[in-house]
Amino acid sequence: MRVTLSISAMMATLLLSAAGASAEQITFVSQGGAYQEAQTKAILDPVAKLLGITINQDSSPDAWPVLKTQTATGKPVWDVVDTPTKDCIRGGEQGMIEKLDFSRIPNAADIPPAYKTPYSVSYEFYSSVLAYNKKAYGSNPPKSWADFWDVKKFPGTRALRNHPLATLEAALLADGVPADKLYPLDVDRAFRKLEELKPHVTVWWTSGAQSAQLLADGEIDMEMAWNGRVTAVIKEGMPVDYTFNQGFLQDTSLCILKGAPNLDTAYRFLNAAIAPDIQANFPAYIDYGPGNPAAYATGKISPARAAQMPSSPENAAKQVLISVEWWSSPAGEEAQKRWASFIQK
Amino acid sequence: MSSSLNPSVLHQRREGRLVLLLLAPALLVVGGLLIVPLCWLAWQSVRQDGGFTLAHYARFLTDDVYWRTFLQTFRMAFIVTGATIVLGYPVAYVAAGAPRRWSVAILAMIVLPFWTSVLVRAYAWLILLQRRGLVNSALTDLGLIDEPLRLVNNELGTIIATIHILLPFMVLPLYATMQKIPSDLTMAGASLGGTPLHVFLRVFLPLSLPGVVAGTVLVFVLTLGFYITPELLGGGRTFMVSMLVSRNIEIYNEWGAASSISIVLLVCVFLIFRLASLLIPFERIMGAR
Repeated sequence: MRVTLSISAMMATLLLSAAGASAEQITFVSQGGAYQEAQTKAILDPVAKLLGITINQDSSPDAWPVLKTQTATGKPVWDVVDTPTKDCIRGGEQGMIEKLDFSRIPNAADIPPAYKTPYSVSYEFYSSVLAYNKKAYGSNPPKSWADFWDVKKFPGTRALRNHPLATLEAALLADGVPADKLYPLDVDRAFRKLEELKPHVTVWWTSGAQSAQLLADGEIDMEMAWNGRVTAVIKEGMPVDYTFNQGFLQDTSLCILKGAPNLDTAYRFLNAAIAPDIQANFPAYIDYGPGNPAAYATGKISPARAAQMPSSPENAAKQVLISVEWWSSPAGEEAQKRWASFIQK
Repeated sequence: MSSSLNPSVLHQRREGRLVLLLLAPALLVVGGLLIVPLCWLAWQSVRQDGGFTLAHYARFLTDDVYWRTFLQTFRMAFIVTGATIVLGYPVAYVAAGAPRRWSVAILAMIVLPFWTSVLVRAYAWLILLQRRGLVNSALTDLGLIDEPLRLVNNELGTIIATIHILLPFMVLPLYATMQKIPSDLTMAGASLGGTPLHVFLRVFLPLSLPGVVAGTVLVFVLTLGFYITPELLGGGRTFMVSMLVSRNIEIYNEWGAASSISIVLLVCVFLIFRLASLLIPFERIMGAR
């Protein structure tokens, strides 16, 4: 009697867990903080409702090491990650990230080829822009990296990120290299041009918070900073402005783990998350632009708001898309190593 | 005769076991949290792609970033140590000679900032020293300078803040040593006809030297490992060994390289302690008595 009872109890548990599994779910991972909160409202909740799935969230400021350990076991827990495109590509090359079957992602058709790789689709864009103190420059602010380098016409203190990515590109643009001929970067030429400006750079900033504080305190008159940090300072009422002209577009992408436990749902989620209508929700919650430019055609984003978005077609046309491929190449890695010795001398 | 051991030997044995038992928690903590990770660090520093390598150490000879960073770090340590001696010695001297009430007040003022987070103090210095900060505004308003001085986001700002943070580590050992110098000795010196300066140089100063050595070792070694202050106030160009370690992990994901740098810094610190212990016993550096 007892035995049959426990068997039926086991059956019940099995049935229950089977029922649980059939209610579709995925585990989605992003970088945490205000950014993940914003996309929960903008993207994740609407998609969950639309598809009738459960989205379990996890966050990791640097997903790469976790991706490595999870896929090494062959039984990962995560399904979809929002991570720098570089990680999707090198993850794909090392067999950790699923090669995407684009026939299962019809919404990706709207997305320009430059925003896609065999392993990833652009999710959202941010930008490294030229920001400046309005009081310091009045009606004639710096508009390009050539102006940034021109210490005679534009005196004042300057800051750049303590990292070669986007900084080398800015140096080359200032030196007259056309935007469409930047890659592969002429690293020697870039460092030579940086050497020229180096005595005039007051701060090489290391964190986004630091770059914002430098602007807000008036410690520096112009700098390269991430657009979201600059707009935050402007919202505080500081006399600060910026230009998207010659800004550097960077994105994070969605990719799927190799051996994802819920592969089919992961594909359905990915397709829905990059739909123009869903992507158009981004600007309502955060100063990052949709990864799918078709979002701007939905009418959901006002022209005034679109003007503040890094990825709006108008702003994107003024900017340079950072080449993740180049930066993950051996030449890119070499440039990163050379940076430390440049800063120190 | 069931046992040839006399009771006192038995007692000693029991006591030995008891001491071991009492020491066990401390030994476990030190072993688990210090010795094991250090061994792991040393192991990491000679490994690459699953094999033995000295490549991480070879970089000290080939990569100019490495020796430049060590040079900058030791330079900082010398400057900061020198400055804390110059600033700290008179303070400790006054505190040791003053009536008890006053010496307590002086020491309290030295120790008070000690309880504020290093991070908060770094930002406080930023507010004081930056271009539109209090110091520059005051000097400009007084007409003493036309252009704001570059006081922070460089080596100078880092040095100022580091001195402030490490000053207690110099003053306290100095005070402890000076307080123990019997006043009879200086009085005797004076009664034998020594001028105050002469008495100070011939009697007080030599007797206070153990305190100077203790303070020097503490401040020097602590400066070698400074991280937050140069990171926040150095403007990106004050590059210390600790930053080289973190950069190797953050940017290059090279645990082997980071480990080898840590091991070399650790060896430097051991050598400094060894050198200092030739001058005064180790217990006196740490206990400062």
